[in-house]
Amino acid sequence: MVSAPRDLAAVPLPVKILVSGGFGVGKTTFVCAVSEVEPLTTEAMLTTASLGVDDTAYLPDKTTTTVALDFGRMTLSTGLVLYLFGTPGQGRFWFMWDDLSYGAVGAVVLADTRRLADSFPAIDYFEDRDVPFLVAVNCFDGHASHAPTSVREALALPIAVPLVLCDARDTASVKTTLVQLVEHAVELSDAAEL
Amino acid sequence: MVRPYILTGGRTEPSHRELAIETLVSTTTSGTAAVWFLDHEEAAIVRLCETYQSVAEIAAHIGIPLGVARVLVSDLVGAGHVRLHRPPTISERPDGQLLRRVLHGLRSA
Repeated sequence: MVSAPRDLAAVPLPVKILVSGGFGVGKTTFVCAVSEVEPLTTEAMLTTASLGVDDTAYLPDKTTTTVALDFGRMTLSTGLVLYLFGTPGQGRFWFMWDDLSYGAVGAVVLADTRRLADSFPAIDYFEDRDVPFLVAVNCFDGHASHAPTSVREALALPIAVPLVLCDARDTASVKTTLVQLVEHAVELSDAAEL
Repeated sequence: MVRPYILTGGRTEPSHRELAIETLVSTTTSGTAAVWFLDHEEAAIVRLCETYQSVAEIAAHIGIPLGVARVLVSDLVGAGHVRLHRPPTISERPDGQLLRRVLHGLRSA
């Protein structure tokens, strides 16, 4: 039996944005602020791709080493569904970022001014891989504790990379941050086509 | 406990380029008809994808690791029980046209 096609027009195209940054910086809060579903968690396993990154040889059972991946979803009016993946910010999870960043619209690196160094691995990674990204300083208390210029200096962030302020708890603020990221991705894409 | 990779018969995961975790999956009529003959996890995927789901959502809802979900989905595609929905051109970066659709969608969200 040949299966009849269902209403293909009703199925949107999937796109994704990564949300990275150090532990406890507010990645899940950020995803939660705009997701139309309760953020979901799934597990990715350490595979042979992680060899040389995590030494799993001493672990009694390699298959039990897992990394949690939180994600949310936004259905857009333009026939797209946007997935936001909160990715662990530590450099030892690079194997997972390779998997995730392929085909991504771009990445938001969330930064906490009290622990700026935690965002270095993510910034380095996206710079190296030419993934469009911006740094969003999460203002937990609703205002920036540091001037953006000093944050940019501390992060050694090139001027071409947008640095914005956001409140990961606030839907409008998170949406604005996503718009700023995609605007940046469009600019980079246009520049590449010239 | 069943080791998750027992579920996949030891088969390896399709590469991300072949099956990205945001790829949407929907059940075909042949999948609906075959649901009673499928293994537990495959049947669960076929039931779940009566409404399209991403590979990541399948893994989260069914409670299986992502790698296992990717193997099972790719088997179900091979058997014609589900179909995939993704941008027509798979590349490292979305093209300008797709990016503008994302931007427009986000601005009006």
